[in-house]
Amino acid sequence: MIDALSIQKQLVVEAPVERAFRVFTANMTTWWPKSHHIGASPLKTCVIEPRDGGRWYETTEDGQECTWGKVLAWDPPRRLVLAWQLTATYAYDPDFVTEVEVRFTALSPTRTQVDFEHRNLERFGEGAPKQRDSMNQGWGQILDAYATAAAAPEA
Amino acid sequence: MTHQSAGFAALADPTRRAVFERLARRPLSVQQIADGLPVSRPAVSQHLKVLAAAGLVAHDRDGTRRVYRVDLRGIAAMRGYLDKFWDHALAAFKTAAEQEETDD
Repeated sequence: MIDALSIQKQLVVEAPVERAFRVFTANMTTWWPKSHHIGASPLKTCVIEPRDGGRWYETTEDGQECTWGKVLAWDPPRRLVLAWQLTATYAYDPDFVTEVEVRFTALSPTRTQVDFEHRNLERFGEGAPKQRDSMNQGWGQILDAYATAAAAPEA
Repeated sequence: MTHQSAGFAALADPTRRAVFERLARRPLSVQQIADGLPVSRPAVSQHLKVLAAAGLVAHDRDGTRRVYRVDLRGIAAMRGYLDKFWDHALAAFKTAAEQEETDD
């Protein structure tokens, strides 16, 4: 079995909690690394629709939209949970979910602590959650869902 | 994505991904992999070499032949990649949040 894997980060931002939340969400385009996106043409914007269930997607210079995931919890300005639904091959798969949770805590009127976690990384090796019960343990049987999403041409 | 871990980069090639996906279903010899794909056996061997270097596949010996399988450690490589990515992204976020003060 693969143990649950997560990435945790903590940082302090010299900004009020409301601004920290707003920059993280509404202004994601201003800080998201431009090289990290899935569209064929250059990244134009990163969009988080500001509501539970909202889409998380990129737009590209040629006008395409590529979905990255969705909003699982929208609780401004304190908490945001996003579903990162890009598989190991950067294909969007609606059945694949890893969670990105960001908590914003006011340390003072001008200082905010940000607690970040990207979890469920073990799912990169297990395939989509709905397949898991029917699979033998570990990576050995991986994923019909993964294969479908990756959409590699089969002989 | 231009900044990829070895694991991600190795899977960017469609044929290599097909090789990997076959092994994800069950361990196979080089010949068995080649039989199901429109590529030569030497080409499959090359792809396996790249996947092995990325930590995504490993092999066991069955008599004189090698049987390839998915390597669990590949997940650790992906975690390492994302860990670096988020360090980079969150540093940029911090800068953006702190710089915006002058615009308010």
